[in-house]
Amino acid sequence: MADNKFLGNAGGRTLSKPPTPGDIFFDKSFRFLTRAFTWATVFLLTFIVYKIGGEALPAFSDLGIKFLFTSTWNSSQDVYGILPQIWGTLYSSFLALLLGGFFGITIAIFITQDFLPYRVEFVLKNIIELLAAIPSVVYGLWGIYVLIPLIRPVANFLHEYLGWIPFFSTRLSGLGLLPAVLVLSIMILPTVAAVSQDAFKAIPHKTKEAAFGMGTTRWEAILRVMLPTASGGIFGALVLGFGRALGETMALAMLVGSMSTLTLSFFSPADTISALLANTFPEANVGLETGALMSAACVLLLITLIVNVAGAVIVAKATPGGDKR
Amino acid sequence: MKLKSLFNVALSAAVAASFMVVGFATAGTTKITGAGASFPAPIYSEWFKDLAKQNNGEIKVDYQSIGSGSGIKNFIGHTVDFGASDAAMKQSEIDQVPEGVQLLPMTAGEIVLAYNLPGIEGLKLPRDVYPEIFLGNITKWNDAKIVAANPGVELPDTPITVVVRSDKSGTTFGFTGHLSAISSDFQSAVGQGKMVQWPAKNMVKGKKNDGVSSAVRQTPGAIGYTEYGFAKLSRLPMACLENKAGKFVCPGPEGGAAALANAVLPENMIVFINDPAGDASYPIATFTWMLFYKKNKSAELATALRKMVEYCLDEGQKIADKAGYIPLPESVVEKVRAASNNIQ
Repeated sequence: MADNKFLGNAGGRTLSKPPTPGDIFFDKSFRFLTRAFTWATVFLLTFIVYKIGGEALPAFSDLGIKFLFTSTWNSSQDVYGILPQIWGTLYSSFLALLLGGFFGITIAIFITQDFLPYRVEFVLKNIIELLAAIPSVVYGLWGIYVLIPLIRPVANFLHEYLGWIPFFSTRLSGLGLLPAVLVLSIMILPTVAAVSQDAFKAIPHKTKEAAFGMGTTRWEAILRVMLPTASGGIFGALVLGFGRALGETMALAMLVGSMSTLTLSFFSPADTISALLANTFPEANVGLETGALMSAACVLLLITLIVNVAGAVIVAKATPGGDKR
Repeated sequence: MKLKSLFNVALSAAVAASFMVVGFATAGTTKITGAGASFPAPIYSEWFKDLAKQNNGEIKVDYQSIGSGSGIKNFIGHTVDFGASDAAMKQSEIDQVPEGVQLLPMTAGEIVLAYNLPGIEGLKLPRDVYPEIFLGNITKWNDAKIVAANPGVELPDTPITVVVRSDKSGTTFGFTGHLSAISSDFQSAVGQGKMVQWPAKNMVKGKKNDGVSSAVRQTPGAIGYTEYGFAKLSRLPMACLENKAGKFVCPGPEGGAAALANAVLPENMIVFINDPAGDASYPIATFTWMLFYKKNKSAELATALRKMVEYCLDEGQKIADKAGYIPLPESVVEKVRAASNNIQ
């Protein structure tokens, strides 16, 4: 793979032979297929938005703006508000991003910056990517049976001695925000690590050589040259990771405790929009409750959209000129 | 133009696929689809596996455990051949099915209070205590009322963590029905429902029966309600509850059978045993129902459905106890068998 780049695009063979009819046919049908699938994706997304929106809008106009700012979800009285879920979604995703992002980038640096022999690097990279292949139910179960007993003593120790800090203000009884966040951060780790690695690998080798030529140490080169150069890609990785954390459902439905509480405490049970949907949707009453759930889904869609668009804009601004050094 | 041809291809593929499905379904076996309650799902799947074996694959039942509410929804929407629900059906729901509905209780279960207090087995909870726990008025394990009911037991000074269901559930419906029946405070503050507003402060919610039992298992000082089978499966200690006659009865097949024996099945087969009488009755027991159309798509299907019911009532009841369910008393079986003739 590494040798190929010296051979140019044609790979050294068949430099100037006209394409055969077979090639042309293959090329055309491939192009047609990709175009068809691209449009199908666009149509599908539009259709989903149309469907969800169609059910959400009437309910949202019934429920009014207080749907977003109240915190009761009571299907027997048809009172719905999703403020705690919005807060829980953003808070848990943000905390997971903080943890998963830090470790993801660190891993990317460790793997790409020649700390390891090639073989070890290869194995390690694959192991981390394998984390993405574990089903989220398994993460949920692991959280319940392994993680919670492990962190509870630490959490309750922190609560006992540092309980005046809002983050530690409640006991961790079992299910709660902290186990959910820890599992979430592991789940987004492969995404962040893989995309950041690509960002580091995309830096031309000469950049680093030039940095060494200027007399930098290894860490100076990494932190002051490589990291800023890759920052656009890394930011993209973080946006992707954040998006994944926002939408993650199963593990959260199992771990977060599903309580409509507005809280800063890491140890309190909380709720997220996706967990609310997973828990409530199968048994929801047709009518206002389904509509309220659809509205919640719209809110989640909107949040994800905003995050992705904002991320894309920032990445686009950060990369081409590379003006921030 | 391109889009049009693409559409044609998709259409022909869909037509071909649907022919294949039709061809498959008419090949000798009768396929029955059902969906609904998750609580009886373990025993249903065992029944249906055994049924297929006994009939040499003549009747194949595909049951999806998607929850009582969804089961009723699918049943009303005619996407299944039968539904299943722990909360029976409301009259307003029955009215939405033009073919008529026959509900049949197929098995029953107990709702137990599983708890996590290391070293303490067979905890006794009086009738005036456990509604108060779920109302959030009793918050410590060494509360005077609990201590008084358990002489000689060293109860710790731990806060009680109440574990309830995060999803709507027939189990919650049965449990809150019982609490409302025995406590007027609970009745007025919370009431009965598949999902209610629990007032307790120190509380977490788990998804489905296994979510509640794993939350109880992982939380010292926790108490939660779950179906007997699930608590038994995860080897959680279960509280013995005081029944209407003032006796403490521990969960188990005898107490459940005694409770069911007290039930009088009306014509429509819907009865909730919210507070059974009798010295030996375990206080919280619920039937679980299968929902059938009185008039089915075809005579073959109706015959297959009746065969299925017959199997469940006859062979099926024998394994109920082992699987953590209460076998239906003979009197109930007779009534259900007679009512199954309404499936035509």
